[in-house]
Amino acid sequence: MATSALDRAAPGSRPARTRSRAKEPIITARGLTKMYGTFTAVDRLNLDVYPGEIFGLLGPNGAGKTTTILMMLGLSEPTSGEVRVAGLDPTRRPLDVKRRVGYLPDDAGFYPTLTGRQNLRYTARLNSLARGTAEDRISTVLAQVGLADRADDRVETYSRGMRQRLGIADALVKDPDILILDEPTVAIDPIGVAEMLDLMRRLVQGRGIALLLASHLLDQVQSVCDRVGIFSAGRLINVGSVDELARRYGGDRSEILVGVEAAPRTDAAAIGARLASQPGVVAVEPRPMSGDGDLNWALTLDPKASESETRAAVLRAILADGLLLTRLTRTSPSLDQIYRTAVEGHLATKGRVEVRSTEPGTGTQTSGGRRPRSVGRRASRRGPSARKGERR
Amino acid sequence: MTARRLTRPTWLDRVSDFSTQAGRGWRTVAAKELADHVLSRRFLVLLAILGLAALATVYFSSQLIRDAATQASGSPALFLRLFTVTGDQFPFPFFGLVSFVLPLVGIAFGFDAINGERSLGTLPRLLAQPIHRDDVINGKFAAGLLVIGLILASVTALVAAFGLLRLGITPGAGDVARMIAWVVLSIVYVGLWLAFAMLCSVAILRAATAALVAFGVWLALSLFFNLVASLLAGALAPAAGTAPDALVANARLEQQLTELSPITLYQEATVALLNPSVRTVGVVLPQQADRAIPSTLSIDQSLLVVWPQAVALVALTVLCFAVAYVIFMRQEVRA
Repeated sequence: MATSALDRAAPGSRPARTRSRAKEPIITARGLTKMYGTFTAVDRLNLDVYPGEIFGLLGPNGAGKTTTILMMLGLSEPTSGEVRVAGLDPTRRPLDVKRRVGYLPDDAGFYPTLTGRQNLRYTARLNSLARGTAEDRISTVLAQVGLADRADDRVETYSRGMRQRLGIADALVKDPDILILDEPTVAIDPIGVAEMLDLMRRLVQGRGIALLLASHLLDQVQSVCDRVGIFSAGRLINVGSVDELARRYGGDRSEILVGVEAAPRTDAAAIGARLASQPGVVAVEPRPMSGDGDLNWALTLDPKASESETRAAVLRAILADGLLLTRLTRTSPSLDQIYRTAVEGHLATKGRVEVRSTEPGTGTQTSGGRRPRSVGRRASRRGPSARKGERR
Repeated sequence: MTARRLTRPTWLDRVSDFSTQAGRGWRTVAAKELADHVLSRRFLVLLAILGLAALATVYFSSQLIRDAATQASGSPALFLRLFTVTGDQFPFPFFGLVSFVLPLVGIAFGFDAINGERSLGTLPRLLAQPIHRDDVINGKFAAGLLVIGLILASVTALVAAFGLLRLGITPGAGDVARMIAWVVLSIVYVGLWLAFAMLCSVAILRAATAALVAFGVWLALSLFFNLVASLLAGALAPAAGTAPDALVANARLEQQLTELSPITLYQEATVALLNPSVRTVGVVLPQQADRAIPSTLSIDQSLLVVWPQAVALVALTVLCFAVAYVIFMRQEVRA
C-alpha cells in the first residue's frame, strides 16, 4: 500500500508549480524501464527536466542514475517506456541528441599523452565544429574551469581534480543545450567545488541550458539544485525542490539549534541539562560546529509542543544563567536526512512487499534470486526493524 | 503511437545525417589514431625491425644473385628473386620474413583498440559524441591499416631500389606489377590480423589478455596447424600402402585442410605471385607434370591462380569485422 502511495507522489504528477515555467520540458521520461536479465535497473521512471533549471539526481551507487543517463543519450536501449531529449527519441536519432547534449561520464578518462587542449580538440572535431570556432571555444571553456594555464600540459601530469575539471570543459566544448554531469565534483577540492557549482549556476542562468546532475554528494547538490529527484533501487521515489522534500519528509520533526559562547568557566554538561529541562524539549545533543569555538546543541522538540514557546523558554534560561547566546535557530532537515529517510523508507516498504510475496511456498528465494545488487536482500533484512520505526 | 510516428526520421533527415556526419566520424577517429600511431613507440619499433630485415635480406640475396648471375642470366623474373632467394648467412628470404612479421604487426596495432579506450575511461566520453559506434572501429582499423600499409610499401620500395643499385637489373613491367600485387595481398593479410586483434580487443576486456589470445591463435596456426591437418587427413583419408588413389586423396585433403589457415593461404598466394613459374598451388600429379614445357605465367594468369586465396583472406577479414561489430553494438558502454 505504502508503495503505491509513493508512486503517486512521484515525478510526473508533480507539475512545475514551484516556479513559473511556461517552457516545455527539454527532457521527458515516461515509464522508462531498463532490465538486465531479471534485474530491473530502472523501474517505470517518469521525469521532466526544464530548460534553465538544475536538476539533481540523487541516489546511492547502483540506484540506476547512470543507466538512466545512458538511456537519455541513446547509449543504452530502454526495455520499455520512452524518453525524449529535446523532443527527439535518443534510440532512433542518437546523433542529433548527442550533438545537443554535453555529457561528463562518471570517472571520465582522457588520452594521457595528449595535452588537455588536444583532448578537447578531438571532442570538438568529433562534433564537427569548424576549426576557428573550436579553438575559441576550447580556450573559453578551459578558462571557465580554471585550467587555462595548464592547458598545454599532458593530461598524465594532471591531478584527478584537474581531470574532472577538464571533463566539465569537455562536456561544454560543443556548446550544449543540455548538460548531463555524472558525479562531477567527486575529486575536486572544496574551493574548486564552489567554483564549479558557481560556474554551473552561471551557465544555467546565462544560457538557459538544462543541467542534470547525478551525485551522491548531497550537501553540494543541495546548494545548487533547483529540484532534486531521489533514486532508490531503480525507482525515482520523490521529486521536488529541497524545501518541498524537507516539508514532505521532515514535517513532524522539528529541531532548534542553540549556541553559547564558550567562556573559561562554562560547564557544558550543566547547560545541556538545563536545556533539556525546558518545556517541549525531547532530546538534547551536543553538536560541534566547525569554525567557531562556541558550544552548540541541537534540541529535538516534541511535535505537539509549540516551537516558539520553547524558543522563548530557552532564551530566558540562557539569559538567566548569564550566558552569551550566539545562535538560536530553527533547522529544517538537511538533504542528507531527507535522503536517508526517503531511501530507507522506500527500501523498507520494498522489502516488506517482497517478504510478503514470497511467504506462501518457497520462502525467501525470490528476493535473493538473480539480483546482482544487494539492495533487495539488505531491504528485507532491514524490513522488520524499519517497519517498527515507521510512522504512518 | 502518433508521437513515435512524428519523430521517426524522414528520408531527408537520413540523407542530411549521412552527408554531414556519417562520412566524417570515422575519419576524425582515424586521423587521431594515425597521429597517435606515428608518434608511438610501436611504430618506431616496427619501422626499425622491418627496415633492418629488409636491408639484411636484400644485401645477402643480391650477393647471391650476383654470384650466380652468369648462370642465371636469362632466367625469368630475375629481379623478383631479390625477394625470394635465401643465402647461407641469412636463411630467410624477404617475403618469408614479412609473412612471419605481418601477423605480429597486425596484432600489435589492434589488440588494445577498444579495451584500451575502455580502461582509459575514454570510451563513454567518445561514444557520447555525435558519431556512430562503428565509426570507432572503422576509424581505428583504417588508421592501423594505413600506417602498416605505408611502412610495408615503403620498405618494399626500399628493397627494390637497393636491389636495383646492387644488381643493375631493371625490373620489367610484369615484375613491378607482381610486386605491387604482392604488397596489396600483404596489406589484405595484415588487415585480417588487425581485424582479428580488434575483435579480441572488443570481446576481451583486458588488453593483456586480448594480446595473449591473439598471439596464441597465431602461434597455434603457424606451429601446429599443419601437423593437425596431416593427422586429420591421415585419419579421414588414410594413405594406406602405396595405392595412388589413396595417396592423392590423402594429399588433397591435407592441402584443403591447411587452406583453412590464413597463414597457408597467404604463403601459397605469395609463392604464386613472386614466382612466375608456379602454375598451381594445388596437388600436382606426375602425369600432369610429365612433359610439361617449363614456362612462366603472365601476371594475369598468376593473379587467377591466387584469386581464391585472396578472396578467402578478404572473407575472413570481413568475418572478423562482422563479429566484432555485433559484439561491440551489444556491449554496454560501462564495462
